[in-house]
Amino acid sequence: MASMEIAGTVSRGAKFRRAALPYLYLVPAFAVMTVITFYPLFYQVIVSFTDFQTKDLRFGLSSPALNFIGFKNYIDILTAGLPVQNFDFFRILIYNFWWALTNVMVHVPAGILIAVLLNVQGLWLKRIYRAVYILPVVVPPLVVATVWRNIFDEQYGAMNQFLTNAAIFFGQTNPVHIRWLTEYTPPIAWLLPTGPLPLAYYAMMIANFWLGWPFMTVVATGALQSIPKDLYEAASIDGASDTQQFWNITVPLLRPAMIPASVYGFTTSFNLFSFVYFMTGGGPARSTEILVTFAYDLVRNLRLFGAAAAFSVFIFFVSLSVFLITNRITRATETYTEA
Amino acid sequence: MTTTPETPQNPLVRLLNMNTSNEVGGRNLPLWRQIMLQILTLIITLEVMFPIMYVVTLSFSSKTTRPSTLQIIPKEFSLIAYQQVLDRPTANPVTFLELLRNSFLLSFGVGAVALLIAVTAAYAFSRFHFKMRQVLMVMVFIPLLMPAVGLSTPLYLLMNGFRIFDCGGSIAFEPFFSCSSSGSLIFNLRDSLLGVGTAMIAGALPFAVWNLKGYLDTIPHELEEAAAIDGASPNQIFFLIVLPLAIPQLAVTFFLGFMGHWQEFALPWLFLTKPGDYTLSMTLYNMTGQYANAIPWNRFAAMAVIVALPVAITYIALQKYITGGLTTGAVKG
Repeated sequence: MASMEIAGTVSRGAKFRRAALPYLYLVPAFAVMTVITFYPLFYQVIVSFTDFQTKDLRFGLSSPALNFIGFKNYIDILTAGLPVQNFDFFRILIYNFWWALTNVMVHVPAGILIAVLLNVQGLWLKRIYRAVYILPVVVPPLVVATVWRNIFDEQYGAMNQFLTNAAIFFGQTNPVHIRWLTEYTPPIAWLLPTGPLPLAYYAMMIANFWLGWPFMTVVATGALQSIPKDLYEAASIDGASDTQQFWNITVPLLRPAMIPASVYGFTTSFNLFSFVYFMTGGGPARSTEILVTFAYDLVRNLRLFGAAAAFSVFIFFVSLSVFLITNRITRATETYTEA
Repeated sequence: MTTTPETPQNPLVRLLNMNTSNEVGGRNLPLWRQIMLQILTLIITLEVMFPIMYVVTLSFSSKTTRPSTLQIIPKEFSLIAYQQVLDRPTANPVTFLELLRNSFLLSFGVGAVALLIAVTAAYAFSRFHFKMRQVLMVMVFIPLLMPAVGLSTPLYLLMNGFRIFDCGGSIAFEPFFSCSSSGSLIFNLRDSLLGVGTAMIAGALPFAVWNLKGYLDTIPHELEEAAAIDGASPNQIFFLIVLPLAIPQLAVTFFLGFMGHWQEFALPWLFLTKPGDYTLSMTLYNMTGQYANAIPWNRFAAMAVIVALPVAITYIALQKYITGGLTTGAVKG
């Protein structure tokens, strides 16, 4: 009897240990995340209800000069009431979406077309081209941004020099002096009604195009090579033209690979901090500011910690909505491919 | 089988020969089409090479000013800019080696620590089915949604609270003890590589868990089941069977963390104030900062090449493993 009882407790102990094991494996990660993620997130919400500034840094939340001001930071952000020039939350928000969307809309088709071009049978030097076209993916974006900023410099920048050469070719003699990154007057005034796009936006689109399409080409090349050859064979037997084959075989079969890649590209562009910060720093007059660069400016330069915390709470909810929307899109395509 | 279609075609589609098959008919490219395609690919090659050649040319120049006309092919091969950058990159009294060490410490430390902490969590999420699994997984992955900058304010403020003071003889460690009178600040966690590194782990950890879990999901359970039948304990299974199998992905995850934080800029630039703690990216930003007219362009270009080169070379060398590792993580994520 006694031995059986002991066996019972042992197995109960083993059972408990077995049940506790997964939690034990999670302890290190959760201990660390509690300290450097969950508690800071909670702290962020508290700070967002205060007017925390540089003078409060010494004593933190127990600083005698600190005031709890309720939702004032949130209201100030939404009503452009922050003591910051040229700030308008909704303009930045819409510009941010526009920036990410237009980038993806350019990168994905270009990436697919170039992948198709590289996949043409019998093309000479294919391997060399593939090796060269990967280069923008491997250069750190931060270096890319500094170099392109130099290229778009108004004095002796490579872009103006290139355009000068082109102008000479067409019989013009005046050197080109375009203030790519500092000119405020928008070239196409009606394009985005909430805040016209300055020349710097187009300069950044060009620079980010250089950075963005090769990744899409890599993804599209992989997907192209997995399309079964007999599909094309069957289609040409049935008399489908190359155009028809492209739209009815290549494009639909690229879709499952390209949709997640586009979603990835969208979120990357949406939060492209170093690139924007290094290229324009959000200027001129905050017209190329995206949410993350503005939040960064609030802490780093303006030292409005309370407002920055409130702004980060907004960023969290914007990111969450972006994730929920993109997740839906990816799911929708998944069912599409299975159907 | 290879009859040319009679239907009229879009010229672009015809030019690209958008039939992406490699085998249909095995037809050779007609010469005119080959030439047209070569022109296209060459234009794209020029587009890709233009900024690279521009900055490389600039870095080989012995003058600090930029040439007044466009140069994308080096006319001289002077290494003076590289020499100067390695000698003394900025006006700050800090050597290149110190910058390199700081960048390396941060990226290596963050990559390694994140990996170490993440691996057991990834295993738990991949293999065990327990009550709180869904909730805990959402908790771990929610920070992935948030850009790192979004957490920088509270981390800055919290780390700024950890300070060590010298109160004239005794040491006070805030926030637990503080000097009775005013003391002098010896150490501020916020203004140290340790503090920045810790803050960076907050961003790196969820990604490491996600990337490892995706891979562990693809390892078949049979091996573990067999080991369990042979009497191996769950811990033995983890350390002796799963971990060795996961080594390639551990390497990829570490490498991605290392590369991602090699060029980390936002947090160090916010936290650090002492020039001795500066990293390579911070220096690069400093060099091209506000005073564009005073920039020594050849040194800036040399610095850009130096920062980019190790990353680029390693990426190209390990490209196959990285894309493979990322996609196994992603597909089952």
